[in-house]
Amino acid sequence: MRPIANTRDVTGVPTGRLAIWWVIGSEIVIFGGLLASYLMYRLANPGWAGHAAHTNVVAGGFNTFVLLTSSLFAVLAHQAAEAGNGKKAAKLLIATTVGGLIFLTVKGFEWTHEIQLGYTITANTFWSFYYTAAGLHACHVIAGMIVMLIVAAKARRGVDLHHVELIGIYWHFVDVVWIFLFPLLYIAK
Amino acid sequence: MAVSVGSEPTAHEDHHHEQSFWSKYVFSTDHKVIAMQYMATGVVMGLIAGFFAYAFRMQLAFPGMDVPGFGIVTPADYVSLVTNHGSIMVFWVAMPVLLAAYGNYLIPLMCGCDDMVFPKINRLSYQVFLLSAIVLVASFFVPGGGFGGAWTAYPPLSAKAEYNLTPLGSSLWVLAVALEFVAFLLGGINFITTAMNSRAPGMKMYDIPVVIWMLLIASILFMLSVGPLIAAAIMLLFDQNLGTAFYDPNRGGDPVLWQHLFWFFGHPEVYVVLLPTIGLTADIISVFSRKKLFAYRTILYTAFGTGILSFFVWAHHQFISGIDPRMAHIFTVTTLLISIPIAEMMFVYIATLYGGSIRFTTPMLWALAFIGEFLIGGVTGIFLGASGADIYLHDTYFVLAHFHYTFFPITIIGFYGGITYWFPKMFGKMMNETLGKIHFWGTIIPFNFIFIPLFFLGMAGQHRRIYNFEHFPELATPGLQNIRVFATTALLIMLSFQLVFFYNFITSLRKGKKAGKNPWKANTLEWTTESPPPHGNWPPSELPSVYRPPYEYSHPDREEDYWPQNVPN
Ligand code: HEM
Ligand SMILES: [Cu+2]
Repeated sequence: MRPIANTRDVTGVPTGRLAIWWVIGSEIVIFGGLLASYLMYRLANPGWAGHAAHTNVVAGGFNTFVLLTSSLFAVLAHQAAEAGNGKKAAKLLIATTVGGLIFLTVKGFEWTHEIQLGYTITANTFWSFYYTAAGLHACHVIAGMIVMLIVAAKARRGVDLHHVELIGIYWHFVDVVWIFLFPLLYIAK
Repeated sequence: MAVSVGSEPTAHEDHHHEQSFWSKYVFSTDHKVIAMQYMATGVVMGLIAGFFAYAFRMQLAFPGMDVPGFGIVTPADYVSLVTNHGSIMVFWVAMPVLLAAYGNYLIPLMCGCDDMVFPKINRLSYQVFLLSAIVLVASFFVPGGGFGGAWTAYPPLSAKAEYNLTPLGSSLWVLAVALEFVAFLLGGINFITTAMNSRAPGMKMYDIPVVIWMLLIASILFMLSVGPLIAAAIMLLFDQNLGTAFYDPNRGGDPVLWQHLFWFFGHPEVYVVLLPTIGLTADIISVFSRKKLFAYRTILYTAFGTGILSFFVWAHHQFISGIDPRMAHIFTVTTLLISIPIAEMMFVYIATLYGGSIRFTTPMLWALAFIGEFLIGGVTGIFLGASGADIYLHDTYFVLAHFHYTFFPITIIGFYGGITYWFPKMFGKMMNETLGKIHFWGTIIPFNFIFIPLFFLGMAGQHRRIYNFEHFPELATPGLQNIRVFATTALLIMLSFQLVFFYNFITSLRKGKKAGKNPWKANTLEWTTESPPPHGNWPPSELPSVYRPPYEYSHPDREEDYWPQNVPN
C-alpha cells in the first residue's frame, strides 16, 4: 500500500529520483574512497606501471564500448517508457542486460587468463586493487542487471513505468564508474 | 493526494483488524513500530555495553578480582570488552537510538505525513540492522572470542590473526559494522526523501522543526563520510581472509591508510550522533522556557557549516601517527575552528533560556544537563586539538574522558531527554516526575564523579587500553589506584540508578496518568494527533497543514502562550 507521503512532492523533484540520487551519492563516496587510496599508492609506487602493463587493454576497451552501448539502450528504454510503451521499454531493458552479460563474460575470460599467469589478488598490491575495484564494480553490474530484469518484467505489464528511468540512472552511474576504472587500472602505465 | 483521500480510510481500517501479532510488531512497515524496534534493540545493546563497562572497570579498580556476574577478566577478555563496549555504544546505541529511532518516529509526525515515503525500505533497514547486531553478538561466542583490536580497529593488529588472536571474531566484527552501515544508508533514503518531499502543505523550509533539520543533516553527513570506510572495511576483510597486503608495510601496503579512511568517517560521525541531540535539545528548551527559539536560522547555518568543516579535521586523531608536522598545523587550525560553531550553538540555547518562564520538568533537566556537560567535552577537545598538547595527551585517559564528556551527553542524556519528552506521545501516558528526577540526579552526579577523575589520571600519564596497572610501578601508586576505585564506585552507583528509569518506564506505561494530545502545550505537529498516534498518524482527511514556524511561544498577540503550527490563526 502506497503511503500518502509517497504521493507528495514538495521540492518538485519526483521522490524516486531523489532516492536514486541518494543511493548514487553513497556509492560515489565508496568508490571514491577506494580509488583515492589506489591513487595515493600508485603515486608512491612508480613500479606499479610494470604490473599495469600486464592488463589487457583491448578487452578493457571492448568492455567500455559494450557498457556505453548498453547505456544507450537504457536511454532508449526510458524514452519508450515516457511514451507509455511498456513492451518496447522492456525489450530495450533486456538489451541493456545483455550488454551487462557480455561485459561480465569478457571480464571472466580476462581474469581467468591473468590468474593463470600468476597475477592473483595477492600477487602484489596493484593486483589487489585491480581485483577489488573491478570486482566491486562487477557486483554493481550484477545487482543492476537483476533489478533491471525485475523492472522489465513489470514494465511489460505496464506497471511502474517510472522505474525504468530510475534503473537507467543507476546503470549510467555503473557505466561512469567503469570509465574511471578503465584508464586508472588499464591505461595508465 | 486528493485521489487517496477517498480510498485510504477503509483500507487502513481493514488493515488494522486483520493484523496478527507478527505483522503488527515484527514485520510492520509502520514508521512508529520501526522506531520502537530500533529503540528497543538499541537499549538492549546499551545494556550489554554497560555490562561490559562494569566488568572492565571492576578489573581496573580491583585487578585480578573474580567479577560478580562475569568472572576473572583475562587480558584477552579485557581488550575484547573495551573494544566491543566502544563499538556497541557508537554503532549500536547512539546511531540506532538517536538517528534511527528518533528519526523514524519524528520525521513523519513532525512533517505531518502518514508514514515514511518507502515503508518497505524502512523495514528492510531495520532488518539489516538487527542482523548486524546478531552478527556482532555472535562474534563473542566464536572460538578465540570477540575482536579485541579497539573500536578504531587499526591494522596491523586488526588485520592479522597472528597478532589479534581472534581470527573469526575480527572478521565478524568488520562484517557487523559493514552491515550496520548498509542499514543506515537504507534508512537515510527515507529520511531525506520524506523530509524533503512529503512535508505538510504549507510547511516551508524555515517551518521545519530544528530536530528534523538536524536528523536530515546528520543523515547527509553519514552518507557522505561512510563510503571510504566501507571501502576500507572491504580491504581489511581481504587482508584478514585472502592474504592481500593493503595495510601490510612489509609487502607494499600502509597501515596509516586505514587511519585516514577511518577518521575521515570517524570525525563526521561524531557530528552524526551529535546533531540529533542538539536538535531535540533545541525543541525541549524552547517548549519549557515558553520562548521562541533564539536565532533559528543561525542554528541551521551553523549546523551546515559544522558539517562541512567536519570533513577537514580528521587528522587530529593522528598527530603522533607520523604525519607531516606541517599537516598537523593545518589540522590544528581546522580543529580549533570547529569548536566555534559548537560554542555558538550553546550560546544560542542559553539566549533562548534568558528571560523565559522556565519549567524544570524532567526532559528540561536533561536538556539543561546536556548543555552543561557537553561544554566540558567541547572545551577539553581544544586541548587535544592543539597538536603540541596532544603529543603528550594522545591515547591517555584525558582523551578517554574528553570523548565520554561528548558521547555521554549526546547518547545517554539525548536518549533520556528525548524519551521523557516524547513518552506521552509514544505511549499515551505521563511518566512519573518524581522518579524521573531521582533518576536524573542519580545519573548526572555519578557521571561526573566517574569521568572528572579520569582527566587527572590522563594528565598523570595513564595510558588507555591497559588491563592491569599493577604492572606499571609508576602508575600503580596508592594515590592513583584510589582514583580508579573511586571512578568504579561512581559507575556502580550510576548503573544501579538506571533501575529507577526502567521501573518508572514500566509503571508509567501501565498506570501513568493519561497524557491527552498535547500535555506540554507544544507547537509542533506531532502534538496535534492522538497519543499514541493511530496507524497512518492522522485520519487521512485530517492530515495537518502548516501556517507558521514551530517556535511561536508566548506570542504577544495571543492569549495562550503557544501557537500550534497547524492552527490557521
Ligand atoms: C568541540 C569540538 C571537538 C574538538 C575540538 C575535539 C578534538 C578532539 C581531538 C583532537 C581528539 C584526538 C585526541 C587524541 O586521540 O589524541 C579527539 C578525540 C575524540 N573525540 Fe573529540 N573533539 C570535539 C568534539 C567531539 C565530539 C562532539 C565527539 C563525539 C560525539 C568527540 C568524540 C571523540 C572521540 C570518540 C575521540 C577519541 C577516539 C579514539 O581515539 O578512540 N569529540 N577529539
Ligand atoms: Cu575528531
